Amino acid sequence: MSTATATPPRHRPVFGQYLRWLLGRLGGGIFVLWAVATAIFFGIRMIPGDPAEAIMGGPGSQASAEALAAARAEYGLDQPLFVQYFGQLWRLATGDLGTSYSLKSPVAEVLGELIPSTLILAGLALTVAWAMALGLAVLSTRSGRWGSALGSGLEIVSAAVPHFWLASVLIMVFATSLGWFPPVSTSAPAGLVLPVATLALPLAGFLGQVMRDSMEDAQRSPFALSARARGESETGVLLRHSLRHAALPGIALSGWALGSLLSGAVVVETIFARPGLGRSLLSAVTARDIPLVTGVALFSAAAYVVVMALSDVAERIVDPRIGTP
Amino acid sequence: MTGPALPATDPLRAPHVPPVRRRGDGRVRQLARHVPWLVSGAVLLFFVLAAIAPSLLATQDPLAINPAAAFSPPGPGHLLGTDESGRDIYSRIIHGARPSLLIGAAATAVGLVLALLLGTMAGFGSKRLDSGVGRILEVLFALPGLLLALVFIALAGPGVTTTVIAVGLTSAPGYARIIRGQIVALRNSPMVEAATVLGRSRARILTAHILPNALAPVAVLATLGLGQAILWAASLSFLGLGAPPPAPEWGTMLSAGRTYLQLAWWMTFFPGLAIVLVAAAATVLSRSLKSRSAR
Repeated sequence: MSTATATPPRHRPVFGQYLRWLLGRLGGGIFVLWAVATAIFFGIRMIPGDPAEAIMGGPGSQASAEALAAARAEYGLDQPLFVQYFGQLWRLATGDLGTSYSLKSPVAEVLGELIPSTLILAGLALTVAWAMALGLAVLSTRSGRWGSALGSGLEIVSAAVPHFWLASVLIMVFATSLGWFPPVSTSAPAGLVLPVATLALPLAGFLGQVMRDSMEDAQRSPFALSARARGESETGVLLRHSLRHAALPGIALSGWALGSLLSGAVVVETIFARPGLGRSLLSAVTARDIPLVTGVALFSAAAYVVVMALSDVAERIVDPRIGTP
Repeated sequence: MTGPALPATDPLRAPHVPPVRRRGDGRVRQLARHVPWLVSGAVLLFFVLAAIAPSLLATQDPLAINPAAAFSPPGPGHLLGTDESGRDIYSRIIHGARPSLLIGAAATAVGLVLALLLGTMAGFGSKRLDSGVGRILEVLFALPGLLLALVFIALAGPGVTTTVIAVGLTSAPGYARIIRGQIVALRNSPMVEAATVLGRSRARILTAHILPNALAPVAVLATLGLGQAILWAASLSFLGLGAPPPAPEWGTMLSAGRTYLQLAWWMTFFPGLAIVLVAAAATVLSRSLKSRSAR
């Protein structure tokens, strides 16, 4: 974008402004984590049922009164509520996530093993979804009204596809009939193809919808007109000017996308028998393994906070009209 | 884009694509514009009819067991095949429309009511209330989709009621943010200013002026949300946390079909197709509602 006109010097924010922004983000993030931990802590005590029973393996375990009492003492459930609450907050603040009821090992260790596997899956799916959404937006905007209609139809349908169904259909076609990929996700790269496709396709549908809208708006905007007036080709306008605008809502939605990927991971990891956060969350929910549920919830909330801060920065880099913090 | 649809006086709205001659005259294209919402409306109508009066559309009893006809492929006798007990898949999908749509509608209603409360408090209340509600929404946003639903189910136990509340809870923050935006915009409108000058009470302004006008976009949202709610609820059923198995609910049917994926693909394929159809139709309908109200 080399123009002959002199641009006014861009306002350079001082270091303090960045620091204030960072501190604000940090404070907000800590609040979110505190609220999640608190809601789960009081939520579990508001509902009927004995937490000690869940530790012993649920109501079906027929645990003896002594065993229940021992479990209560071990997990501090016999103490006053506020002692338990602040004790819990203190442990969480010092990084102690407790011991999983069902796996009988420290939650932090369990999470440490599961997080990389889920992050690889989600990261790949996010990359593929972005590429698909942007590619489809560019291609269909280039090919006029019918291309646009076709693209938007594709997006709406793929956004409406439930993960569990897509996974089943992909297994039927590519694993059972064609035998190209294994139906169970192994550590081999081929085992990642179907799970990643399952996660990426619906996400690409959602991202594509907002990206196309924003791109078509940009195509009609004054700056696109002036670029055309300067003699820029249609492709040039599209790639150099409108593409940024297509990317913006995608960036703004990245926090939501993360949530959708983690939600999808619950289903995808279960169907493809792939170890990860989602599958463990599901089994923890079924077993009412509250420490593990809390751990996964805190991790995903923390990931959300970090992604939102990053997307905030990315938006400012892509769109110079948004001021610095 | 050569037609009279664009005001020629606005240079910014000038056609960016060089005028291309298109096949078909204006009338065909006019009709083509209506195709998406007509088709999606018909799809939704079909499933709503199935939910209200399933016996009108179903060919067989959805629960009638016929072991002799187990795993029949789609064909003349059984339109979409049969399941492991010889039950007719088509009839089960038709009968499954009621629980699936009801769960979706109830969840959307829960989400909207919650969002209306939060959004009104944030948009019409004091500044402090606004930022307080904003914090709550941020927490709900941090646990999106299935995660919030799963945490809620971990606390409250599985079941249909829990599914409805859980799915409603996950959809509430998104609605609330949009409703808040609507109310803030209306609050600063000349209409509300006039009502204030006339000495109307705050409660009256809210109920007579702001809420009715804020609700139109909410209707669009609800249409869109219905498809998503059905999808989430079916996901929970599929994971074994929603409607219990014998019921012909779509997610539950899919979950049962998964075991026989190699043997009878139709058990999984068609109930899923029903979900895709409803969710896609809801999206298309809400998009055309939106562009209608924008015009």
